[in-house]
Amino acid sequence: MKKTIPLTLIFIAGLLGVISFVIPHPSYQVYDEWIRNDLLRVLSAFAVVLALGSLLRVHFDKIKRKRKNWQFSWLLLIAFGGSAVVGLFGGVAADGVLPTAVGSFQFDIQTLYENIVIPLASSMFALLAFFMASAAYRAFRVRSMEATLLLVAAFIVMVGVLPMGYSISKHLPGFVQWILNVPNVAGQRGIVFGIALGVVATSLKIILGIERAWLGGGE
Amino acid sequence: MNISTDPWIWISSILSLAILSFLYKENPFFRAAEHIFLGVANGYLVTFYWHRILMPILFRPLFQQGQLLLIIPFTIGILYLTRFIPRISWLVRIPIAIYMGYWTGVLIPATIQAQIIKQVQGTVLTSANFQSWNAGAWGIVWSVIVFIGVLCTLSYFYFSREHKGVIGVTSRVGIVFVMIGFGAAFGYTVMARISLLIGKLQFLLGDWLGIIR
Repeated sequence: MKKTIPLTLIFIAGLLGVISFVIPHPSYQVYDEWIRNDLLRVLSAFAVVLALGSLLRVHFDKIKRKRKNWQFSWLLLIAFGGSAVVGLFGGVAADGVLPTAVGSFQFDIQTLYENIVIPLASSMFALLAFFMASAAYRAFRVRSMEATLLLVAAFIVMVGVLPMGYSISKHLPGFVQWILNVPNVAGQRGIVFGIALGVVATSLKIILGIERAWLGGGE
Repeated sequence: MNISTDPWIWISSILSLAILSFLYKENPFFRAAEHIFLGVANGYLVTFYWHRILMPILFRPLFQQGQLLLIIPFTIGILYLTRFIPRISWLVRIPIAIYMGYWTGVLIPATIQAQIIKQVQGTVLTSANFQSWNAGAWGIVWSVIVFIGVLCTLSYFYFSREHKGVIGVTSRVGIVFVMIGFGAAFGYTVMARISLLIGKLQFLLGDWLGIIR
């Protein structure tokens, strides 16, 4: 029962997903919209609750057992608790029961998002510029034909899309466009075919119950 | 120099510097900023799901407007939380099966349509494809190169036979196309990251310290 019910359900749900694509008739679309807009969105919200519960459990456990760098877990819990309280009771547009401003200083959830989450996310991604440069240098040291091709293509694309590219040669932007439209499309399309066939095969295996890793361990 | 007096700009700048300090080595400032980032991002996630999904789609219609059909998603959703009760934790498989099954089912025809049929249509040598380049006779040449490139790339990923003879040659040609494709993607990604870095420096030197305008 512990496996049969989930495997039956995934088969039925999979069939409903396929049917939604092949029967675009309004009489069926009403049911399909209910599945997508109500059922699945609510399920995704509960999945987030599960994920957050798991995150909090990991950090409480880290503090309890005083694992390496446990002090930072307090920071995460305080930041999470503070922003969740501000967001839940202060409202999305500062329209909740909790006041979200002291004088001209605002601390509603949108302000927290714009001044903490966005700058920190962009800083994290900006860091990657340095690591990618380092990776490119390492790749270049390999001195294989493949690594050289990759870096030459990358260099031409980078220079060619800048205004500087036109000042080097007026043909360079056109050449970059040709690289993007012809050899790049050929290579990417070959990879896309492989990925697509893999996606279809894996999806079929999941729906038909051949692939069962998602059931997890245990009975 | 015209240093900002906005406390949020100070908070953003100090946290951004803490993240960028990772370039030197991993340090407590980076760790602190990383944990604050995760905490606030998850707090925002809770807010979003509560105010945008759970309240308007589930709780308000169910408990205030009496839409009893919503008991179904509510009950199935609650099953996710059984993950924390070992005796009945297997019930978590039910919402996972429904969610994953439906989207997996949607994915099959959508992938076949968009990533196989449409891509084949764009690859085969037809007069419509030749003309789509708007390059006259060169359109035929570009289409032939794309056609050969796709076949050679596929042969590179064909592992059921040893890469010798004809397959050896085509797979060598295929890797050239693959590497040019990766190079172009790599170049674009580097450009995107560098533009983020420039934006970050503009924020720190302009909005915060007021050194540049």
